[in-house]
Amino acid sequence: MSAAKSKAKTKVKDPVIEQPPVVPPSSGAGAADHGHHDHAGPTNFITRYIFATDHKVIGIQFLISGLLFFIVGGLLALALRWQLAWPWTRVPILSSMMESEWQTKGQMPPEFYNKLFTMHASVMIFLVIIPILTGGFGNYLIPLMIGARDMAFPKLNMLSYWFMWPAFVVMLMSFTVPGGAAEAGWTAYPPLSVFRHSTPGSLDGQTLWVLGVLFVGISSILGSINYITTVLTLRAPGMKMFRMPMTVWSLFITALLQAFALPVLTSGMIMQLLDRTIGTNFFTPVGYSVANEPGSVGGGQPLLFQHLFWFYSHPAVYVMILPAMGIVSDILSTFSRKPLFGYRPMVYAMAAIALLGFLVWGHHMFQSGMNPLLGATFMLSTMVIALPSAIKTFNWIGTLWGGSLHFTSAMLFSVGFVAMFVIGGLSGIFMAAAPVDVHIHDTYFIVGHLHYVLFGGSAFGIFAALYYWFPKIFGRMLDERLGKLHFLLTFISFNCTFFLMHIVGLRGHPRRVANPYIYTMLDNSAVHMMNEVMTISAFVMGAAQLILIYNVLVSLVAGKRAPANPWQANTLEWETTSPPPHHNFPTIPTVYHAPYEYSVPGLAEDFVPQTNPRELPTHGHALAGATAG
Amino acid sequence: MVTAALCVGSFLYAMIDPNWWLLQNVSVKSPMHFGAEIDNLFMLVLEITGAVFVLTMLALSWALWRYPHTSGRAAVYSHGNHKLEIVWTLIPALILIFLAIYQSGTWADIKFRTRKPKSTPLAQVTGRQFNWVMRYPGADGKFGTTDDLHVMNNLHIVKDQAVLIDLKSQDVLHSFFLPQIRLKQDAVPGMTVPVWFDVDTAGTYELVCAELCGWGHYKMRGLLTVHETQEEFNEWMKSALAEQNRTQPPGAALPESDAGEPATAATSSASIGEKS
Repeated sequence: MSAAKSKAKTKVKDPVIEQPPVVPPSSGAGAADHGHHDHAGPTNFITRYIFATDHKVIGIQFLISGLLFFIVGGLLALALRWQLAWPWTRVPILSSMMESEWQTKGQMPPEFYNKLFTMHASVMIFLVIIPILTGGFGNYLIPLMIGARDMAFPKLNMLSYWFMWPAFVVMLMSFTVPGGAAEAGWTAYPPLSVFRHSTPGSLDGQTLWVLGVLFVGISSILGSINYITTVLTLRAPGMKMFRMPMTVWSLFITALLQAFALPVLTSGMIMQLLDRTIGTNFFTPVGYSVANEPGSVGGGQPLLFQHLFWFYSHPAVYVMILPAMGIVSDILSTFSRKPLFGYRPMVYAMAAIALLGFLVWGHHMFQSGMNPLLGATFMLSTMVIALPSAIKTFNWIGTLWGGSLHFTSAMLFSVGFVAMFVIGGLSGIFMAAAPVDVHIHDTYFIVGHLHYVLFGGSAFGIFAALYYWFPKIFGRMLDERLGKLHFLLTFISFNCTFFLMHIVGLRGHPRRVANPYIYTMLDNSAVHMMNEVMTISAFVMGAAQLILIYNVLVSLVAGKRAPANPWQANTLEWETTSPPPHHNFPTIPTVYHAPYEYSVPGLAEDFVPQTNPRELPTHGHALAGATAG
Repeated sequence: MVTAALCVGSFLYAMIDPNWWLLQNVSVKSPMHFGAEIDNLFMLVLEITGAVFVLTMLALSWALWRYPHTSGRAAVYSHGNHKLEIVWTLIPALILIFLAIYQSGTWADIKFRTRKPKSTPLAQVTGRQFNWVMRYPGADGKFGTTDDLHVMNNLHIVKDQAVLIDLKSQDVLHSFFLPQIRLKQDAVPGMTVPVWFDVDTAGTYELVCAELCGWGHYKMRGLLTVHETQEEFNEWMKSALAEQNRTQPPGAALPESDAGEPATAATSSASIGEKS
């Protein structure tokens, strides 16, 4: 950090009060570098739109494929919700499609249900949320927000997108192989995922699933080293680390998380692949088998995989939520017309989440048979990680407090994010408490919790980002009235779907069961009713997304033309045209201050873009202390 | 504004109906009463998080209601406040660390091997696709001998007695989950995990498999039968042994690879979950 700081200091003397320079000062390494790259964009259709090296095109590719898989993942979820509300009844459309395959008069076989939740989670996590947030918005926004012409390694960037395609193909293909898609859950715990005959999905579907995850992992690692390098070396003159918008900070920290955690997941996945294909025994104990197969030579340990898996997959939760946090911080500040409350504490909180994120994986394994002494330690570290999240929440409310709030669709989704994240965060404390977790572990309580974090958090962040940056990306405004309707319907149906999960979970409703009513304790009218309400709400939520699809498609063609800076925001991406030209900026901008200078007293306008060399009141906390509260 | 109001409303609603709440707890008055401890800790966490939730939502709603854009008023120009940051860092930190420390005693009682009852295990419980095999040591007190009693999907114990079982798995991961005792422990192939608990009310309770174990995971349901007295338990044991000797001559103990549906779905499912 200090190295980066001193480097930024050498770039430009700060603050420059005189004229904004016409030619960017070429003293900074980044600026000099850009000069050489400033040649015309590709004219060939294929190099321009398909095998493109332009970060904006790659960002849009990630965004579009991610949104398409969002539809796939959503439909899988609706099918499994149907089974939970009305077990073994014909599923509309799906049953007719699968009639000959299932040979059960349209009843969903239990293993198909297992495929549904396995693939729903895998698609949503690996093909939707991570690619949209880091691949889509990360790619599109990082160079624009730090004032660079492109990523540090454009070809690597292209490669990172095209490594997603083998993953798309094998994940979808796995439904068609003998035995069908994977059934071991997105956590793929051995030995279920390793013994070929443990369940139909463990035949070939599981192998394809492992390959898919490996490809996504390669894509993410390529992306993350690119983002880290870009942020460290290509910032515009004057763009010190502590002048970067929270969105860039969050994507930078996320990239660090990915770079350090993903190798562990990759090794775990390769070990599972070897166990499955060439007969190694990393995860199978001595002499074990299923379904009367000959016993394995063994010598492995099933818990080893859980450690490797969660060492990545807990940080992965932060990979999915931190970018949304950064995005929401920027949007809240813009539409409150007020500086972000506690910019530095927000950055430190994010860094703390990232660091602590490596020390809490064991809370997924409280009941796993891991040494219970470790459970006590992980309980403490897990409790402590709730702290930076709390700090962020308070700072968001502090940002709204005393603001001049504009309730645009992006703002509504951001506020919705804060509210839902509070619930998702607080419900996490129940699981962090190891003794309470004894009861609620692997029940619907955790399903409710994770959807508050990943849908109410990450997906709301994605929606907010889409409404906020759509004008910049596509040069057209989205319809705000439809956007608000989309928000309202999504917000209500989201809560009706996921809040009840906590309640049935407390009753003991286990997750991942094709028919919960086999248990008499759950076979009563209250649980039936709650499951039906959840399913109906889920369908309403699915239908509400049609509004978004309609809005996007119509606006792309007939939306109002977007000006360069429709929201009167300060960050650099709004200083160029909508959509930006091939090399982003006619000249590399010079940055004079942090991005959150809204409603500065004594100015005619309520925003001061980062490129505006005007001298601002010092950020004295004396002033802040006098006005806050 | 609408947002936050809806939010608060939809959540307060959920706690009203007792039928929607935790199942009847049957580990309250027994000597170890883990169930009661867990419920108390749960309520403590619920009270703290509930209070934080309500306060945060009130603050959020207030901000949304109080500060919408109006042409006459500019937003406050403030970058933050050191004192506030310190306050809202320290208070949650103290609460969270308190919670972690306060909970660790119960965690130790339930799981630490050093707190294991000194008695010999009452039974071995083995999960396999897709049922639970309970093995009692029989008259010689040793597992793996010809007089062992095997029972499918029904664990019999005695009221108020500390029960120690050895939890195993024969194939993939399973999880031994007794919702009404608030107890859960994964069964891991290659490991023997000790599990201990007691129950304060005689009756029949459900045993859930809580870890995904294959296509039939959903139907891996077992029962826990709690006898009022030791005599009643002995009586049951005698008749079960007699039954086993009749269907399977001594020496041919139930093979590990036994396929097919469990033979002893003896208990009717009608009265499960409530006091007998």
